[in-house]
Amino acid sequence: MMHKTTLPGRTAKFGFLGLWLVITLFPLYWITVTALKSPGAIYKFPLQYWPEKISFDNFAGLFNQANFGLYMVNSLVAASVSGAVVTVISLLAGYIIARFEFASKGAVVMAFLVTQMIPAFIALGPLYMMMTNLNLVDTRGGLIVVYIAMCIPFSTIMLRGFFDNVPDALEEAAMIDGCSRLVALFRVLVPVMLPGITAAFIFNFVNCWNELFLSVTLMNSDSNKTVPTAISGFITSYNIEWGPMSAAAVMTVVPTLIMFAFASKYIVQGLTAGAVKG
Amino acid sequence: MTVKTTEGEVRLPATADGPRRRGGPGRRRSFTARRGLTIAGFLAPAAVFVSVFTYYPMLFGSQMAFRNWNLNDLSNTDWIGFDNFVAIFGSDQFWTALVNSATWVIGSLIPQFLIGFSLALLLRRRFFLRGPYQAFIFFPWAVSGFLIGILFRWMFNGEFGVVNDLLMKAHLIQSPLPWLADPSLAMVAIIIANVWYGVTFFAIMILAALQSVPDELYESASMDGAGRARTLFSVTVPYIRTTLALTVLLRVIWIFNFPDIIYGMTGGGPAGQTHIVTTFMIEKTQQGDYGVASAIGLIMLFIMLVFAVFYLQIVHGRKTT
Repeated sequence: MMHKTTLPGRTAKFGFLGLWLVITLFPLYWITVTALKSPGAIYKFPLQYWPEKISFDNFAGLFNQANFGLYMVNSLVAASVSGAVVTVISLLAGYIIARFEFASKGAVVMAFLVTQMIPAFIALGPLYMMMTNLNLVDTRGGLIVVYIAMCIPFSTIMLRGFFDNVPDALEEAAMIDGCSRLVALFRVLVPVMLPGITAAFIFNFVNCWNELFLSVTLMNSDSNKTVPTAISGFITSYNIEWGPMSAAAVMTVVPTLIMFAFASKYIVQGLTAGAVKG
Repeated sequence: MTVKTTEGEVRLPATADGPRRRGGPGRRRSFTARRGLTIAGFLAPAAVFVSVFTYYPMLFGSQMAFRNWNLNDLSNTDWIGFDNFVAIFGSDQFWTALVNSATWVIGSLIPQFLIGFSLALLLRRRFFLRGPYQAFIFFPWAVSGFLIGILFRWMFNGEFGVVNDLLMKAHLIQSPLPWLADPSLAMVAIIIANVWYGVTFFAIMILAALQSVPDELYESASMDGAGRARTLFSVTVPYIRTTLALTVLLRVIWIFNFPDIIYGMTGGGPAGQTHIVTTFMIEKTQQGDYGVASAIGLIMLFIMLVFAVFYLQIVHGRKTT
């Protein structure tokens, strides 16, 4: 822009940016502070904006009383297995959509996009019945399969955008050299697109890690619960105990935050590419 | 694009001297068939998963809307025509939820758009630490909507909530407000949470659009003596209008369908007064009332379709004039 920035203008700009940063981070700050207070101090006036005495009692309680460690393992397994499988499957699909022209291509892309638009909850009931018939209700495998289906459409659209950024001369050269298309894809394209693929994996992982309604519907027994399901169980009990609840929230958010921090640049790229082309 | 810069590091098999086409004419002939097989084979896993676990239950669910289908009593799953719809339209709960849906969408969308747009404009030019800043304000996206509902539920707690505490410290209120116990205040609270969550999306999308505006446009606008506001409304906005319109449409649909924050924050309470249509439908599903839930789903789909058609007509109509 050609305009000169004035000092008041700059102050207003960074004032606004600063304010929004504070607003964005405050909820995370507050839940962390709550989690670190001793159980009694949470319900005490005046509210402490920094714990008088930092205590890990809430975390200890979480892992001792509730099976929180097990829930985290369940979530970790579901999210990493589905995340990985989805990424591979959507890599193949995204590649085809990016590189080939064929009659039903528009319909395929539309079929993926539509799943992002329609109220998916209409499938919740029938899915439960279907999974019951397949003996997949309340099994880790069942949840993983459903998560895979859930993540494929967006992941495909995202990866397709990354393929568009890579010239097709790359795999053609490899294919002329005698590689099959599949081999060319994994030997030549995947290494080039690794940042984008990692971002897609992280995005899928985080989506599955955070998923609530499917796991609430499908997973009944305590030993199969994922973290969000367990947390939603904390609510339905009469009174929320905010100490363990905050600790659980922190334990849920921190891993995803770390992953997102590493991949945010590529996720942003994938999202904007996906949406603009969509 | 980093993807491109890493290209150089990839060792390509030597091709310059080797024979270019080993297959010759014979390979050509089977080309179409092989091409079809490749397309089908690569797409198959994705297609199978999405058809079986997304589309099949969705379609199956759609027909349940016209049947007496309650998980608690499956002895009679007869076709009952539009009875489920009649029951829904006759319930006050549904109309409350529908009005709430409108409030929820409009009340969330406008602030999200305005704040997101402002952020995008301010982030357009590079400044010291812009990258980390963007990563930080990206944070809400790593958190599930449900958990955001929980975070805000705690902050808006009527007794020990930090929001009341801050407002009282600022002397804006004299005594704590019962945020989540009062239906109107609860609507305000869930919308605030949703604004907080959704601003990032707009900021990112609009920023990407802004970066697509060629610099020459700004230069000529500035040479014509256009001021900052003038440039914004006569150059920037018209240039990115299509992206803006599309982003808004996607967001409306998405917010309309988005139950997570409400589910975590109020669960539709107090007394069902903060249900939007989506959370209402989920409640029906969890009660096993699949027929009614599916019918609500179809109503939602219909509302969004009508909205999208009208919206696109308006946007498109403006474009041609």
